[in-house]
Amino acid sequence: MASILEISNLAKCYTSGSKTLKVLDDINFSITEKETFSIVGPSGSGKTTLLGLCAGLDKPDSGTVTLNGVELSSLTEDERALLRNKDVGFVFQDFQLLPTLTALENVAVPLELQGVKHAMKRAAELLTKVGLGDRGNHYASQLSGGEQQRVALARAFANDPKILFADEPTGNLDAETGETVVDLLFELNKELGTTLVLVTHDMELAQKTQNILTIKGGRIANLTKASV
Amino acid sequence: MSGMKSSLRLGWLRKMAWRDFKASAGKLSLFMVSIILGVAAIVSIQSFGETLKDNIALQSKALMGADFKIDSDHPLTEEAQAIVDSLGGADAEEISFSSMALFPKNQATKLLQVRGISNGFPFYGKLETQPESAAEDFQEKQGALLDATVMLQLNVKVGDTIKIGEVKLPVLGAVEALPGSNAVFSAIAPPVVIPYPFIEKTGLVQLGSRIDYEFYFEAPDQDMELLDQAIDNRLDEADADLDTHTSTSERLGRRYENFGKFLNLVGFIALLLGCVGIASATTIYIKDKLKSVAILKCLGASRKQAFLIYLIQIGVLGLVGGILGTIAGLLLQQLFPILLEGLLPVDVALKLSWPVIFLGIFIGAFMSLLFALYPLLSTLQVSPLQTLRVSASDNQQSSKTAIAVSLAILTFVFLFAFWLLEDWKYAASFLGGILVVFSILGGIARAFKRLLRKYFPESWSFTSRQSLRNLFRPQNQTVVLILAIGVGSFLISTLYFTKDILLAQANLDSEANQANMILLDVQKDQMTEVAQTLSSNELPPLDQIPIVTMRVQSINGRDNANLKKDTTVHINRWILNHEFRTTYRDSLIASEVLQAGTFTGTFTEEAEVVPISVSDNFAEDAKVGIGDRVTFNVQGRLLETEIGSIRTVDWSRMQLNFSIVFPAGVLERAPQFGVITTQVPDAKASAAIQQKLVKAFPNISILDLRQVLSVVEELLTKISYIINFMAFFSILIGIIVLLGAVRTSKFQRIRESVLLRTMGAKSKQILRIQGLEYLYLGLLGTLSGILLSLLGSLLLAYFAFDTAFIPSAIPFLVLLPGITALVLAIGLSNSRSVIKRSPLEVLRKEGV
Repeated sequence: MASILEISNLAKCYTSGSKTLKVLDDINFSITEKETFSIVGPSGSGKTTLLGLCAGLDKPDSGTVTLNGVELSSLTEDERALLRNKDVGFVFQDFQLLPTLTALENVAVPLELQGVKHAMKRAAELLTKVGLGDRGNHYASQLSGGEQQRVALARAFANDPKILFADEPTGNLDAETGETVVDLLFELNKELGTTLVLVTHDMELAQKTQNILTIKGGRIANLTKASV
Repeated sequence: MSGMKSSLRLGWLRKMAWRDFKASAGKLSLFMVSIILGVAAIVSIQSFGETLKDNIALQSKALMGADFKIDSDHPLTEEAQAIVDSLGGADAEEISFSSMALFPKNQATKLLQVRGISNGFPFYGKLETQPESAAEDFQEKQGALLDATVMLQLNVKVGDTIKIGEVKLPVLGAVEALPGSNAVFSAIAPPVVIPYPFIEKTGLVQLGSRIDYEFYFEAPDQDMELLDQAIDNRLDEADADLDTHTSTSERLGRRYENFGKFLNLVGFIALLLGCVGIASATTIYIKDKLKSVAILKCLGASRKQAFLIYLIQIGVLGLVGGILGTIAGLLLQQLFPILLEGLLPVDVALKLSWPVIFLGIFIGAFMSLLFALYPLLSTLQVSPLQTLRVSASDNQQSSKTAIAVSLAILTFVFLFAFWLLEDWKYAASFLGGILVVFSILGGIARAFKRLLRKYFPESWSFTSRQSLRNLFRPQNQTVVLILAIGVGSFLISTLYFTKDILLAQANLDSEANQANMILLDVQKDQMTEVAQTLSSNELPPLDQIPIVTMRVQSINGRDNANLKKDTTVHINRWILNHEFRTTYRDSLIASEVLQAGTFTGTFTEEAEVVPISVSDNFAEDAKVGIGDRVTFNVQGRLLETEIGSIRTVDWSRMQLNFSIVFPAGVLERAPQFGVITTQVPDAKASAAIQQKLVKAFPNISILDLRQVLSVVEELLTKISYIINFMAFFSILIGIIVLLGAVRTSKFQRIRESVLLRTMGAKSKQILRIQGLEYLYLGLLGTLSGILLSLLGSLLLAYFAFDTAFIPSAIPFLVLLPGITALVLAIGLSNSRSVIKRSPLEVLRKEGV
């Protein structure tokens, strides 16, 4: 299968005052289409930074990120935004719904940005798929955490992305709700044939993906095939 | 992938702007109130000014009562009469002068403007009387029409008799409106209208009396500009003036325009405060939206799209605010004629002025966008990475952007001030003033922080120390809050102090031994007798001032007519046209200070020419200095003089001041009249002496300065109504700005309070920390603003008004505690949510 994400010699530093902190160094890996992949590691190991770089939310100091055949560092910020809109979906730990939009409008945003006709209809279908067909007119503040994450899932899959990045998708949920959301995530992923990149410190969740990349101190400690 | 292009999708942007606005409308209330109040302030004044100007122009003929008039302060010269004849003769004539009138019924006396009007006048407008028929038949019935207020004051009824000089006439009606009357002057010398033929019979038309001769023309088809070109210069040479209805209304319009300009500045300050409110409200609003911007970018929105969503919102809101503010302004201007009742020369029929409506809406939208631009631009800097980590935020604006936006704002303020004031120097001074105030307040705030850091009181209690630390810790709001509070306090107290200066300037309060009654038009042979009458009534004749009238015949050998024709000569016209009332005496008086040369008290025969003393404004306008020669025409005889000294004259002092003073020993034998001043203890004594003087000396006019004082006071009260009204706007907007500034700092305060709360701080401690912090900020900001305003007002009083003013205590007694308490209250209301709820709940709710 063709590779959808290729990371090569990636490094990232942050400057704090006069000090420079190397967060990521010498990161190399690739992910093939429709693969499920998790990045694990202790707090502060650099996994969220890596996710941001992979998704084109940030620029590396050195090395390259090639997403769906496009080398990200050659793109402007707006071009990266366009790429995200076309090919990338996101699920965040704290849901990140737009608070001034209803659930339905939140799901419709990526479609509307693409200029898709009948965006609201498609958004309503997706909401129904995640079990919230009757909550479309509710604002984020009127939904529970689990419900918010399900809306976020519907939004993440709305643009039919080639790759979906999920950052600690169960981090803010209780165990039961978390399990339901994870089940839904994998179910939709399978159904729509999306590549899934998961950042988590929950090894049990990571075990559900095909490959696990372990990061420690900003470097790759291990890359293993999961026992699915 | 390098060819990737995304369209803006305007439809989606509009949709997103609307969706987002629906859910955030409440958060934009500060923004809306700021723009509505600011626009309402400027629109109400602009609209009223336009309406007034239009009304003056529309009613110009009614204001004069004719199409044009030729007037002179003496009987027409042969040349002037020839011009009047060439125009087919006047259609109506008027002779007017000020004189004392006596009401035999109750022996009351009153200084009146006697207007002898021939039949047929006015041609336009209406002489309104009560009963109405009196205006029609007073000529035929040979009676007088008397000012309605005087009739009320002196209890004069229709049918009562009025005695003017030698003439007794029945009062036939009360005058309610009269073309050609000046509202302010009418208050000092109210009008009495009598048939023209009776003027001569009063016996008051004599040498030395100040008499106006007016010749009215009805010529509706006459082009006033052509007429002006044809006869104005000729009339000038013939010692008469042309006044057309258009020139009169323009002059009047200009007079009110100056007052309008001042009000416009007050309105502009209110609008600027509103703009600070806009910037502050947008800052809070956008701060709240940065996370949403990051999410939108994450989902694929471009920087421009995210920016435009909020730009559209602000633009549309500005437009709506502009429309609402304009409506509010148009409604508010209905109050102006009520506030200025009696001060306006025309009945003001309020109408919609489209340019002003357009201005209000444009200002609303434009100011909103301009002042919101800086916070709005921060959306461009938001990284989508913020969706993963807030710490990744880097919303620092580039200094280039900040400079560009600041320059745009300064340019706009300058251009708008220039448009209002029509003078780039004034506009630049206004802008400079604003910049100085901002810089000084900013400097005070920074200096305060530096001093705190350097001399921090380590021995203070935890809460006191903590509250002080808050003032200089990272992301503190000290400068912003002191600026907002300081500018608001500065503007409000400046309005108070300026009013004080105006009042000090007009202060006519009779000091000990200062004259409060002036007897005018006393003939030379009456001087001794009048002075004796005063003395026998235990009233001291304080000054007996001789007055000799004369005109400038030539300056340094060049005669008057020659100087008038020469366009390269910059001598002010009034010097060459004016009939000067001069005096002679041997010393300077209290209102005069010698500026240059030597004052000669007595003329000695050895001197070649007469050394005179002129006022500094005469010297400046006549372009003369020490040693220059001026020849005067003293009622037919030429008198050569030399400028011996130049005096600075305090014209604001309520006493007789002169541009030209001769030494004793020159004019004693010239035709002259006199002025005697005295001090009367009360209104009763004033009425009594007036009756006696009017009976014995009917030609004398008596000016009771206490009456003038009450007229001026009334005038200032009315003006201060409208200034206070505009100040009220500034105060209201100031509060909005304050609310905005305090709310901006809310996020920092809450985070810290929650942490303290989590560590076990009691409600009282949190309240005390925040309370003290806002108390310091409130006190420092307000005090700085008031002191700065006091300093500015002192400089203004000293340099511009040349008056010593005693500042009002109101800013210190009311504003200082008032604004500080307000800051404290608004600040403490921030802490309520922290105290009432659990720390976690607060963090979730506030999204910190």
